[in-house]
Amino acid sequence: MTVAIKVENLSKKYIISHEKKTASYETFSDSLIQTGKNIGNRILHPFQRSENDPQKEEFWALKDINFEINQGDKVGIIGRNGAGKSTLLKILSRITEPTSGKIHINGRIASLLEVGTGFHPELTGRENIYLNGAILGMTRKEIKLKFDEIVAFSEVEKFLDTPVKRYSSGMYVRLAFAVAAHLESEILVVDEVLAVGDAEFQKKCMGKMDELGGEGKTVVFVSHKMSAIRNLCNRVVVVNKGKVVNSSPTDEAIDFYLSQCVKLSKGYVDLSDKKVARQGKRKLLVSLGLLEAGSEKYRRLVKTGEVLDIEVKFNVLESLVDYCFIAFCDLSGERVFSTGTHFDKTFCQKLQGMGRLICRIDEFPLVDGEYTLDIALGTKTNGNLDYVSNALSFRVELNDYFNTGEVVLPGQGSLAVKSSWSMK
Amino acid sequence: MTISKQNFQFTIEAGKAERHYWQDLWRYRELFYILAWRDISVRYKQTVIGVLWAVLRPLLTMMIFVVVFSKIAKLPSEGVPYPIFVFAAMLPWTFFASSFSDASNSLIGNSNLISKVYFPRLIIPVASVFVSLVDFIISFVILLFLMAYYSYWPTWHIVTLPLFLGLGFFATLGAGVFVASLNVKYRDFRFVVPFIVQLGLYISPVGFSTTIVPEKYQLLYYLNPMVAVIDGFRWAISGGSTALNSTEILVSGVVVTTLCLVGIVNFRKTEKTFADVI
Repeated sequence: MTVAIKVENLSKKYIISHEKKTASYETFSDSLIQTGKNIGNRILHPFQRSENDPQKEEFWALKDINFEINQGDKVGIIGRNGAGKSTLLKILSRITEPTSGKIHINGRIASLLEVGTGFHPELTGRENIYLNGAILGMTRKEIKLKFDEIVAFSEVEKFLDTPVKRYSSGMYVRLAFAVAAHLESEILVVDEVLAVGDAEFQKKCMGKMDELGGEGKTVVFVSHKMSAIRNLCNRVVVVNKGKVVNSSPTDEAIDFYLSQCVKLSKGYVDLSDKKVARQGKRKLLVSLGLLEAGSEKYRRLVKTGEVLDIEVKFNVLESLVDYCFIAFCDLSGERVFSTGTHFDKTFCQKLQGMGRLICRIDEFPLVDGEYTLDIALGTKTNGNLDYVSNALSFRVELNDYFNTGEVVLPGQGSLAVKSSWSMK
Repeated sequence: MTISKQNFQFTIEAGKAERHYWQDLWRYRELFYILAWRDISVRYKQTVIGVLWAVLRPLLTMMIFVVVFSKIAKLPSEGVPYPIFVFAAMLPWTFFASSFSDASNSLIGNSNLISKVYFPRLIIPVASVFVSLVDFIISFVILLFLMAYYSYWPTWHIVTLPLFLGLGFFATLGAGVFVASLNVKYRDFRFVVPFIVQLGLYISPVGFSTTIVPEKYQLLYYLNPMVAVIDGFRWAISGGSTALNSTEILVSGVVVTTLCLVGIVNFRKTEKTFADVI
């Protein structure tokens, strides 16, 4: 079997700068001032080695990645948010360069990191097919040849000469995917684009991708949806913290991933650690843990319908914090529900100093699966001061919640809610 | 249309993009056209008079110039009807001004493309220069009508016009590509560019003739590459009755070549990080 993609010791480093308050981009004058300062320091302290800028920090999005993909393989890439999947895809599609390492690619590569890249809202559907096609690397001849096929797939014949800004989001996505699906290539790289669009269309897209796979094309597919990965892929690469931690046949890899998600978690996480990626400006959160109700024992397994205590330790030195917010997310990163002191107002004090806050959920409503917690502390006026997403992951098992022996089947939603039925 | 797969073997490696780059630029050649076409057709969508704006804009500007400089300031125009004198200079200047500012902002304006799709990034600023070239052609047709109105017939000199247009094109390209790449990282240039364009109008011989610049400053003046372009346009259109000397063309040629080289080299050097910083 020939190798379609061979990744060797691939690494990608980003420099992240801290404490930039106003703008995410540098200004030329900032840069000049910094250079001036550096030169000044050199002159004043000629023998001191220039220290690393404390505001800049290296971040390895990918570190020494190795794997191979054979021709005709349909490979899923899974991993938690921030694991490095998107960076990997960006390097594969040549949008950004690796810092070191190599990728050998055998065949033309078409990548679809976003549905409808380059679509212009003012242009008509017809015009956008040509525009988008060209941006994705098709020639006008190719597009003309496949035009009817694209239109048929997208089901928007009637609106071909309407500006796409008047399209419904469903039509928009259909048209965009239709163009991309007709790219001439041997390798197709797809990011989580199927998260949009209605169920029927998603099915159609999956069908199309399956068909492409059947034609011997190599497909690389990133998704958080395990069901989609199971349907489409014959192999899966698991990425975690910039490294490949598993690469095996689909079921094996998914099992590994799911068990790892929970194994890594001890039901407790230290948030005072420097390495924690926080999105707020301040470091106020100390730790987050899940407690057995009424005890001090941490746990990583929660049963549906149980009492759950969530423990938040904080250290707020100067200012006051108005609220504490917790969101429960499923593996796709989608928030299932959230709670906060500012919602139910059962606790109205401001947080100050060091302390420990307990959030009790009387009947934990989530069904079977792995979930993660986002946590934030903030003030009404400034919003979140400290915010850590995916802070803690845990597993939920559906017990006999309804006391009937019946369970909520997979695909029936993510909440278990008690209800009473009656005939009136 | 079968292309052997051998053609598509390549390696992604840090700092090794160079080899494919010019090849890719050729492969994506249609994108120049498509992006330019997009910008043009989008510009006049949802306007009442549509493409008429393309004609109206240069016409109005020209009329203002004529009133201000000819009627009020009474500047000399070397024996050429003043509207033609001004219009001949305004053509290349407007071309430079609009394409330079469009090109400088083009990368930021297309940041959604840059962070999601690969293609040689050089296409984006170059395509925006082409957009202004279309405006230029429309304005040029207006000039022809204007000349007919004044019964001012061109001589063989007009044949040299493409040469000066080329000089102007590359001056714009060099400057535009250079500033566009800087603009990705340093957004200061968003504010610098309009300033350059505004200032440039006064230090370029658009409303007046180069001859009024004192002798001893002439050489310095020629460092502005647009001086030779504008003088060249005038010379070609007026049939040689306005001044043009070889020194200015030479100086301008050197400046433009340097600008293009520096611009493209810098662009190529920073291009790989565009997706990371934009």
